[in-house]
Amino acid sequence: MTNTEDLFAAAKEVAGKVKETVQEAVAAVQEVSKAIKEEVAKENNIITPKMAKIPEGPLEKKWTNYKDHQKLVNPANKRRLDVIVVGTGLAGASAAATLAELGFNVLNFCIQDSPRRAHSIAAQGGINAAKNYQNDGDSVYRLYYDTIKGGDYRAREANVYRLAEVSNNIIDQCVAQGVPFAREYGGLLDNRSFGGAQVSRTFYAKGQTGQQLLLGAYSALSRQIGKGKVKMYNRHEMLDIVMIKDENGEERARGIIARNLVTGKIERFFGHAVVVASGGYGNTFFLSTNAMASNGSAAMQMYRHGAYFANPCYAQIHPTCIPKHGDFQSKLTLMSESLRNDGRIWVPKKLEDAKRLQKGEIKGRDIPEEDRDYYLERRYPAFGNLVPRDVASRAAKERCDAGYGVNNTGLAVFLDFSEAIQRLGKDVVAQKYGNLFQMYEKIVDENPYENPMMIFPAIHYTMGGIWVDYELQTSVKGLFCIGEANFSDHGANRLGASALMQGLADGYFVLPYTIQNYLADQIGVARMSTDRPEFDAAEKAVQDKIDRLMKIQGKRSVDSIHKELGLVMWDFVGMGRTAQSLKTAIEKINAIKKEFWSNVYIPGKADSLNNELEKALRLADFIEIGRLMAIDALNREESCGGHFREEYQTEEGEALRQDDKFSYVACWKYKGEDQDPELIKEPLDYEFTERKTRNYKN
Amino acid sequence: MDSYIDIKVRVWRQAGPKAQGHFETYELKHIFQGASFLEMMDILNEQLIAEHKDPIAFDHDCREGICGMCSMYVNGHPHGPDSAITTCQLHMRKFHDGETITVEPWRSRAFPVIKDLMVDRQAYDKIMQAGGFVSVNTGGVPDANAIPIPKPVADEAMDAASCIGCGACAAACKNGSAMLFVAAKVSQLNLLPQGKAEKHQRAKAMLQKMDELGFGNCTNTGACAAECPKQVSLTHIARLNRDFIGAKFCD
Repeated sequence: MTNTEDLFAAAKEVAGKVKETVQEAVAAVQEVSKAIKEEVAKENNIITPKMAKIPEGPLEKKWTNYKDHQKLVNPANKRRLDVIVVGTGLAGASAAATLAELGFNVLNFCIQDSPRRAHSIAAQGGINAAKNYQNDGDSVYRLYYDTIKGGDYRAREANVYRLAEVSNNIIDQCVAQGVPFAREYGGLLDNRSFGGAQVSRTFYAKGQTGQQLLLGAYSALSRQIGKGKVKMYNRHEMLDIVMIKDENGEERARGIIARNLVTGKIERFFGHAVVVASGGYGNTFFLSTNAMASNGSAAMQMYRHGAYFANPCYAQIHPTCIPKHGDFQSKLTLMSESLRNDGRIWVPKKLEDAKRLQKGEIKGRDIPEEDRDYYLERRYPAFGNLVPRDVASRAAKERCDAGYGVNNTGLAVFLDFSEAIQRLGKDVVAQKYGNLFQMYEKIVDENPYENPMMIFPAIHYTMGGIWVDYELQTSVKGLFCIGEANFSDHGANRLGASALMQGLADGYFVLPYTIQNYLADQIGVARMSTDRPEFDAAEKAVQDKIDRLMKIQGKRSVDSIHKELGLVMWDFVGMGRTAQSLKTAIEKINAIKKEFWSNVYIPGKADSLNNELEKALRLADFIEIGRLMAIDALNREESCGGHFREEYQTEEGEALRQDDKFSYVACWKYKGEDQDPELIKEPLDYEFTERKTRNYKN
Repeated sequence: MDSYIDIKVRVWRQAGPKAQGHFETYELKHIFQGASFLEMMDILNEQLIAEHKDPIAFDHDCREGICGMCSMYVNGHPHGPDSAITTCQLHMRKFHDGETITVEPWRSRAFPVIKDLMVDRQAYDKIMQAGGFVSVNTGGVPDANAIPIPKPVADEAMDAASCIGCGACAAACKNGSAMLFVAAKVSQLNLLPQGKAEKHQRAKAMLQKMDELGFGNCTNTGACAAECPKQVSLTHIARLNRDFIGAKFCD
């Protein structure tokens, strides 16, 4: 008996050891195969989730896991680290203020005369959050899902979930700062609905939400400037990033070269890390809802240093802007999406009515109810006038292309409040939208209470931008990119009231954490002198470029060339793109580039205040961005979100994705001046969400 | 109905902060009245560039009346002869054929001219840095609905908060006072429960900074509110004074 038992025990032991060995071997093989996969991916220009630093674990645990295990910098070391933040919009100002509160030394730059003027200020409608204060079924998951779906399944799941998670903290933060959000009579916060959602989750402050949120961030920033923790540089424009090799020969972003816009002097600044929050590149189109000085040059500087430019073709065309009225026009004015809560969009049913409107013989109010085609309500019964922006814009274009446009150019549709005024009374409508109505009347000289507004789509926001990993770090070490400037969370189309959410999420609650994971390894790096040869070289390159521009002394003003570029972009890389139109665009853009570099005229001197030189430097980059947008749009043989390729649509004219071929982030790597960029792909394998055809009909 | 007009524009030209300035008159033909005032300035600048002359420097950015960057004195009024708008929202339909339009920069001791129509308004930033905030760090704040705020209070705070910091109030004031600007911020924050804890300190610090920066005193003439593009009301100045006196009593 004893023998048998011993034998059993021995056999068990052996079996256990074998099992262990096998398990170890399997683990080792898995490890090796994982490593091989990463290697193969690298060789095939594929970015894996590991390279994008997406934390392990279930979707709702990723951010918590990340924060639990990331490296932090202790208070004494924070004082020794300098961080450069370029931009003072929602993302830049909130990041600069928060980093300073944490104890870092912050150098903050803006091109305007005050950080309070960044273009986030112009956002009208609101900011989303998953508070579910209305008890209408909202949740973090639902906000996540709406955002992923709204982006036509072209955003990174982990990032979007994190965005939805921190959305609630933003509202708390802003209220604590004294942001006067709209409230109900009981004193609690009010909400309204926005496109692409079936719940009311949008917090707002009249039609000036962006202004109030930015002033909140600006006040936090002002407090830190007053304390001396942020050194503010107004009227300074970054012209390049300075890269310095570490002891392992790896390049890291260590500073910037900036031009003082008042004196024209080129200045140098050191930082242990550089954070760029420079906004979007919509002004490539010349006419857009962006501010006049909004530009994509910071993005191009990052791109030329090896940061990938992701999805440049994803540009949002906003459906409700005041139509263009003349060749001298300098910008297009947005009418908030919130107007679609109560306004109804229509064109005449009868072509002859449209013709009479175009000739100015009749007005919108003269057309009887039965002759009006509320085409959004007709085509999308479930969401009606509140379909997402890309869908609403294309539908407007479709009607105008068919000849039903309602103004003298035939490029406008009506946004009508007569039914809302009847239902709610003029006073209530005025209370809700008064400032927008006033703005419309000042520009168009027509009373929108009496006659429907005329609107048309215009370039508004760019979802594409610099590629960042989960930590918001670009593919260049020490270089971070936040807010609209990165490609981030909106996929191929951004939902209304989500830009403010993303900018503040990045600046208040994400970057101040993730940047520490990088800076924790930099505490041993002493402040560097800006007399180093790397700074010399960077400044010289900037100076050479300026000299080259100043020497051209050609015949054309900067604006005249910019307008030409804008027309090419609108006509060939606009709302409906085809392979042919994009090839044409590339040819035309190349020609514009040649014209610009041989025939632009810049008056004045480079070493003094010179607006024309500023514009020329920006235009040089817009031309490159335009080309990149066309290249990306040509590569993406599918329609998704704001990118509509006419070859890829359903019979009903809806966008047709090609998930089997294009479910990836297209990251473009710079290969040199006038060279075609190299395509690197970050596959979007949807682990947690089922991809569907976007349906706003039922 | 909008049509085309010929105009003369009399513009203040000044090469730099210390240079002697002067008026120069330019003729513009066939300007569409649907164009904005700044678009007219763009056309004028294009004309100057074509003649290889120095274009007129002026501040502008959003061109939709919210960033507060544009700052022109047009025909004797900050932001021109129309109410409740900024210069960028002013349209040429407010002018008639053959008119001579005079354009000057903000004229105020605390806003020195940088070039032509461009002035330095950093003084406003400095006032903000002295106390135009609630001392709260990011994170660790209560739920947004934890403290109910009566709607009329929230609405009034919002009206005050609509200030865009353009400087028209100080530019319009015969004393060069920034009271309306300071009052708008103090009023917004002091009305709200979140800002009440620092209300005395805020009123004192911001006013002190205003005096220090060379702005004049308020004599309640009301030019600021009359010219304010966001129609910020004079009652906020009354509230600021009340909080300031209250603060002095507590000293």
